[in-house]
Amino acid sequence: MDNLVRILGTDLGRMLAGLIGVIALVSVNALFLIWMERKVAAHMQLRPGPMEVGWHGAIQTIADALKLMGKELITPAEVDRSVYLLAPIVVFLPVLLSFLVIPFSQTLVIRDMNVGVLLILAFAALTVLAILMAGWASNNKYAVFGSIRSVAQNVAYEIPLLITVMSPILMVGSYRLTDIVAAQEKFWFIVSQPLAFILYITCATAETNRAPFDLPEAESELVAGFHTEYSGMRFGLFFLAEYTNMFIVAALATIFFLGGWRGPVLPGWVWFLLKVYAIIFLIMWFRWTFPRVRFDQLITFAWKILIPLAFANLLLTALVMKLM
Amino acid sequence: MNWLISLITPVGLASGAFIMVVAMTLLGALIAVAARNIFHNVLGLALCLIGVAGLFLYLNSPFVALMEILIYVGAICIAICFAIMLSAPMYLPLPPRHPLKILGALAGAGLVFAFLALLTKKTTWAAASVRSDDWSITTIGHYLLTDYVLIFEVISLLLVVAMLGAVVTARGGRGSS
Repeated sequence: MDNLVRILGTDLGRMLAGLIGVIALVSVNALFLIWMERKVAAHMQLRPGPMEVGWHGAIQTIADALKLMGKELITPAEVDRSVYLLAPIVVFLPVLLSFLVIPFSQTLVIRDMNVGVLLILAFAALTVLAILMAGWASNNKYAVFGSIRSVAQNVAYEIPLLITVMSPILMVGSYRLTDIVAAQEKFWFIVSQPLAFILYITCATAETNRAPFDLPEAESELVAGFHTEYSGMRFGLFFLAEYTNMFIVAALATIFFLGGWRGPVLPGWVWFLLKVYAIIFLIMWFRWTFPRVRFDQLITFAWKILIPLAFANLLLTALVMKLM
Repeated sequence: MNWLISLITPVGLASGAFIMVVAMTLLGALIAVAARNIFHNVLGLALCLIGVAGLFLYLNSPFVALMEILIYVGAICIAICFAIMLSAPMYLPLPPRHPLKILGALAGAGLVFAFLALLTKKTTWAAASVRSDDWSITTIGHYLLTDYVLIFEVISLLLVVAMLGAVVTARGGRGSS
C-alpha cells in the first residue's frame, strides 16, 4: 500500500490528475463553446439565439448533449467497419495528448517537455489521418469529397503554420512552451511579430476547418463532409474534437503571441483562459464576416501568399536576431 | 495483489510500454504487408511508424520520436493516401497474389533483415551514457551540422530524385498515356 501512495505522489499521479482535469475541461469547454458560437452568431445577425433553457439558454447545450448521447448509433451496411469505428477514436487522441504540454499558468502544466510545440504540431497530423479514415470508411461520395478537401487543405496550411511558429521560437531559442511565455516578460510577441500573428490566425482557422475555410464540411455542397455517415455519440466525438482543436490553436496563439498567463491582478490561469476565449471569439467573428472561399482560391492563397510571407518573416526575424 | 502493484512500478510500467510499442510496430507491419485493401495497408504503415516513434520515446529521444510522427505519419502516409486516390477503384476485382512475387519479396526483405541483424551483431555498441550525457535538441542539431552534415545533405538527394521521378511520371499529362 505504501508503494501505491508513493507512486501516486510522483509523475504518474500528476499524469492521472492531469488526465481527469483535461477530460473535464474538454467537455465543459465544448459545451461552453457551442453555446458561445450560437450566441455570437445570433447577436451578429440581430437575433437573441437560444433563450429558453436556463439563463439566456446557458444549459441548452447540456440538453443537446444528453439528447445526442441517447441517440442510436447507426452503422451503415456498406462501411469499412473496423476503420469506420476507429476513426472517431483516432480523431480524439491528438486532442487529449496536446493538453499534456499546454501551460495554463506558471505551475499548472501536466508535463513541461522541452519539445512542447513539436508535440502539439506532430500529433495534429493524426487528426488529418482520422478525417481521411472517416471519409474513406463511410463509403459515401460526399464523405470522401469532404475528407479529400480537408486533407488537401490541412497539408497546404500546415506548412505556413510550421514556418510561422518558427519565428517566435527562433527569438526564444526553445521549443518549451513555458520558456516561450517566460521570454515575453517585457512585451508580448504580437508587438514584435505582428505579421506572424496574422499568418498564424489565418492558418489556424484553416487548420480547424472553420469558415471562411470550411470547405470540408460545406453544408450546401457536401451535406456534412467527412462525418456525414456518423450518428449519435460517434458524431459527438468529432464535434468535441473540433471544438477542442479550436481551444488548442487559440491556446497556442495565446502562448506564442499574447504572453500566455501574464497579466496584472488576476491569477495566471484566469488570464490564460480570457485570452484563449478572446481569440476564439475572433475566429467566430470571421465566420460571420467573410464568405466561404472557393477551393482554388483556398489552395492558391496558401501556396502563393502565406508560404512566401511566412518564409520572408522567418528570414527577417533571423536577420534582425543576427544584427542585434 | 503484489504482482499488480509491481506492474505499476517504474520498471513494470517501462516493460509494459516496451511490449506495447513493439506489438504495435509488428502488428502495423503485418497489416501493411498482408492486408488486401490498399487503404488498410497505409493505416497499418501509420500504426507501425507510430510504434517506431514509441521505441524512440522509450530510448529517451522524444525529439526524434516526434519528428518520426510529424514526417512519416503526418507527411509520408498522407502523401501515400493521395497516391491511393489515383490508383485503380476498389470495386474492381483484385488480381490474385502471385506466389513467385511473394517469394521474391520474402527473399529481398530477408536479405535486408539478415544484413541489418549482422550489422547490429558486429557493431560494438557504446552505451549512450558513456558517449554523452546530453541528448537534447541542441546536441542533435550540433551533430547534424558538424559530424553528420555530409550524410544529412546526401539524404536530401533522395528528395531530389523523388521529385524528378514525379516530374517524369506526370510529364505525359492526362490522356496521353
